[in-house]
Amino acid sequence: MEDRPQIGYSKKVMDHFMNPRNVGDFADPDGVGTVGNPVCGDLMQVSIKVEDDVITDVRFKTFGCGSAIATASMVTEMAKGKTIEEAERITRSDVADELEGLPPVKMHCSNLAADALHKAIEDYRARKKEVAAAPG
Amino acid sequence: MVYLDHAAASPVDPRVLAFCSRYLAGDYGNPSALYSLGLSARQALEEARERVAALIHAESPKSIVFTGSATESNNLAIRGTALRNRKEGTHLIVSAIEHISVMNPMKDLQKAGFDLTVAPVDGEGVIDAAFLEEAVSAETTLVSINVANDEIGTVEPVREISRIVHEQGRYLHMNATAAAGRVPIDVVRDGIDLLTLSSNDLGGPRGAAALYIAPGVRIASVMPGGGQERGLRSGTENLFAIAGMGEAARYAGAEMAEEMAREQAIRDALVREVLTIDESYLTGHPTDRLPNHASFRFSRIEGESILLNLDTLFGIQVATGSACSSRTLEPSHVLLAIGLAHEEAHGSVVMSLGRQNTQADVPVVADAMARTVERLRSISPL
Repeated sequence: MEDRPQIGYSKKVMDHFMNPRNVGDFADPDGVGTVGNPVCGDLMQVSIKVEDDVITDVRFKTFGCGSAIATASMVTEMAKGKTIEEAERITRSDVADELEGLPPVKMHCSNLAADALHKAIEDYRARKKEVAAAPG
Repeated sequence: MVYLDHAAASPVDPRVLAFCSRYLAGDYGNPSALYSLGLSARQALEEARERVAALIHAESPKSIVFTGSATESNNLAIRGTALRNRKEGTHLIVSAIEHISVMNPMKDLQKAGFDLTVAPVDGEGVIDAAFLEEAVSAETTLVSINVANDEIGTVEPVREISRIVHEQGRYLHMNATAAAGRVPIDVVRDGIDLLTLSSNDLGGPRGAAALYIAPGVRIASVMPGGGQERGLRSGTENLFAIAGMGEAARYAGAEMAEEMAREQAIRDALVREVLTIDESYLTGHPTDRLPNHASFRFSRIEGESILLNLDTLFGIQVATGSACSSRTLEPSHVLLAIGLAHEEAHGSVVMSLGRQNTQADVPVVADAMARTVERLRSISPL
């Protein structure tokens, strides 16, 4: 696998595509973010578990190409153990850099993983507010 | 390795390579030169022309013009006839599932003032004959429709198309890149005015292709220069590739019935096995399709992921019509034209067989495909 040329994907992208980390979802997530659209060819879902504003666990599911799966896998690795504020600062280009680059044509469409994480954080915050506002 | 993308590239037949390699360093003369080395090259060129003409039952080898690629043949056919016959009409018709080397020159001509009609196809990729009948008029210069589509494998009703086009006395161009050597083509019987052929798709080397031009078709050169190839395609002939194309055409014609029956049996077994996978579908026409061709789509997963998984884990090489495998990220216009939704078009896999494929490939590919689909669906949120 290592020596075979791929379509402009780094070894790290191929590693995350072939061995994706943190696949799946949670029965009781603290936040879920879904971005993309199957019409466009990419759909990403990131779920988080949070304790004391620290992301203790992250999982993902992806409908998409090789780099979509790799970016989603990578963002889960990057977010795990970070505080909500730190995780919010992860950008699309951070994910691409961590994967040692993506082909230029893939940057926009495949690298939605950071957006999915941000949405999951938004969802976490909204749920927290609801709990705080709930009577009793 | 199991290679299943012969529609994109094929290995050169070893018999062809042995034949044509002499024109690289030994018989290297320029066919335009008048001394003996040149005359010998000229003879090789004309032999190749005869062999290509024989494959498609052309009335004369003079009807064959050699070019450098199928793209170039398509451009010559389309631009050459549209520009040469501009006074008679400026209306062009193309089917919705043509290769981009047909679509793009058509669109260029549209920008230059020609009227372009895109004729729809049905859900299996067959041209809408009623629409075509309505669309062809006295203003039409050229109708271009592929003999068979390289992405979904559907073979078009050539004689019906020809009848419709010729009732108005218009020119019919057909791209036979995927079809030549796989289905019988008789340009005289079928009434084809211009036909594109490619060397590589016949088992010859890249760098040669041909355009059949029926006698009497008025066509302008789009490559002016030293006047080679009846002045329609100037440039010193790539004799190695052209001689190889001629030899490949000879074998393709002589062995087509037997070889295609063999490949079709493998293909049919492959289709039966793959379609046992849940939510898998054959695309294109179920029976009127190239004998070496199978195309599928799988719900809830994406084609490039399938391609990468098959290649990396199993050494199986296939094509996909997925937007994510193309440079532009545009979804396949062919799959959209047969009525697939965008999300359906993303899950396409195309398998095209060649001489090196055997029945032993079938269980290997079917098993790898089942595992690949299962793995990717386990990651999919859909």
